[in-house]
Amino acid sequence: MTEQVAIRDAFGCALKQLGASDPRVVVLEADVGNSTKSILFGEAFPDRYFNVGIAELNMTAMACGFAYSGLIPFVNTFASFLTTRASDPIGSMAAYDQLNVKFCGAYCGLSDSYDGASHHSLSDMAFVRSLPGITLLSVCDAPETEWAVFAATKQNGPVYLRLSRAPAPILYRKPAGWQIGKGIVLREGSDIALIATGYPVHQALDAARLLQDRGYSARVIDMHTIKPLDKDLILDSVQKCGCLLTVEEHSISGGLGSAVCEAVCEGTPVPVARMGICEFSQSGAYEQLLEHSRLDAASIAARAEQVIRHNTNS
Amino acid sequence: MSLSRQRVLELESLCRSFRIDLIRLLYRIQTGHPGGSLSCTEIITTLYQEKMNIRDPLDPGRDRFILSKGHAAPMLYLNLAQKGFFPKSELSSLRQYGSILQGHPCAHKTPGVEVSTGPLGLGLSAALGVALSAKFLGQEYATYVLLGDGELQEGCIWETAMAAAKFAPRKLIAIVDHNHVQLDGTNDEVMPLGDLSRKFSSFGWQVFSCSGHNISALSDTIDQANTVIGKPCVILAETVKGKGISFMEGKSAWNGKPLALAEYNAAIQELGGVNYD
Repeated sequence: MTEQVAIRDAFGCALKQLGASDPRVVVLEADVGNSTKSILFGEAFPDRYFNVGIAELNMTAMACGFAYSGLIPFVNTFASFLTTRASDPIGSMAAYDQLNVKFCGAYCGLSDSYDGASHHSLSDMAFVRSLPGITLLSVCDAPETEWAVFAATKQNGPVYLRLSRAPAPILYRKPAGWQIGKGIVLREGSDIALIATGYPVHQALDAARLLQDRGYSARVIDMHTIKPLDKDLILDSVQKCGCLLTVEEHSISGGLGSAVCEAVCEGTPVPVARMGICEFSQSGAYEQLLEHSRLDAASIAARAEQVIRHNTNS
Repeated sequence: MSLSRQRVLELESLCRSFRIDLIRLLYRIQTGHPGGSLSCTEIITTLYQEKMNIRDPLDPGRDRFILSKGHAAPMLYLNLAQKGFFPKSELSSLRQYGSILQGHPCAHKTPGVEVSTGPLGLGLSAALGVALSAKFLGQEYATYVLLGDGELQEGCIWETAMAAAKFAPRKLIAIVDHNHVQLDGTNDEVMPLGDLSRKFSSFGWQVFSCSGHNISALSDTIDQANTVIGKPCVILAETVKGKGISFMEGKSAWNGKPLALAEYNAAIQELGGVNYD
């Protein structure tokens, strides 16, 4: 069995580590610190930890106040609330004034599976992507989470960091030269490029193995930065593979797939298929919900095969 | 210490000239919100020209001011220009393409604007963050935030009211420009605010009340608020929307209405100004 580490645990540990190395870091939380794991920072640095209660809008604007003063606030709650009820200052202060606020959207996508659709976040990337001047990161395993936390801190300006609740297999065993804005090729291939972000990166890798068994060669990319998008890597994949399939745990509209389509249309148009969430989901086991939304390896492989065949025949 | 009679007269005279400048400016550009700037003229002027320790807009120890009711931007700009943070010649570019003076305060375009505002109800939250930052920066500045009364209808204000009592930063002083009028009508017509003094007090704030047009009273009340320890303070400043121009006073219609020539002439005459246009 592959070693699994929950992304939220990795996040909490990284935040605590960051707190020790950078006194400018303050952390805000809206009463879900035991879930987001921001509490790990809070226990270590109680003077720099502000639990504002169940009041997300105040939290985001208050964080901007810290940033206007030169501190580096990390804002924590569930992604489903952060970019909906607390979204105003993310745009009107943080993005507009290029503030150094790091917004951490926990329990993203379907990962808070049993709580049901009210707690799933389908639109957070679409909202963040549409704001000028904000960086959008979406991580898939524990080491990548830590790299993203530190890179976000170094990055001047607002960052949205999308975090899953799910335990994830460790993908990165050694430093991958991780940089904001540079996607990572996890597996080379020439028939199709599977471009995934967040937890579905693992499913995309499994799908590539299934495809290999059927005689297809799939390139797999971890597109951990949705904005700014690594257009060079996308156009390189267009050249090498001739068709693309995007996979994300987010609404089919407005997220990674949309971003890739925009880049391809403005570059070299080739077939791009998108997999994501098309309807409100429900309560259930995480794996069941992924499968229901066809974000499991078998569904991804099947869709990829269709795209490859269609591309070859046309 | 109370202001001398002489100093009060100087500040009153400055307020009169700010009102005249405001009306000239808004008449010329035919856009903007006269009513809300006229009700807070004495409040902003007393803070910037008398109370706040601010010589340089980048000095880390400076007192902070956040205009949560961002539509009163012109009165803030008049005060910032008076402080010399940008040339007075910039004022005529208010709301025009390419200007450093946006319709609502913009921190990255205008020297001296601390926080960008416009969407109502958020300035108090930002002010709380700014006030709490002082101890991490090793500073003892005061953080002032000016709220409109209409924006107290925003839920976020009360989220922050709770949080400010919990975190209790030093010298967080909110001032409510209580002019009783908002865009669609009076507060009572649109959404009654109830007993603001008891509301803030029950949220854990120290509450003061004074006339928002009496410079001497404002100055004394701000001094008192600065001595409070361990509690956020709010000054409920009783004001008149459109103050100084009788046909605008108390009228919601003047929230954001451009002036016609006859109205402009009448306003300037009432303020004792010379009509240059």
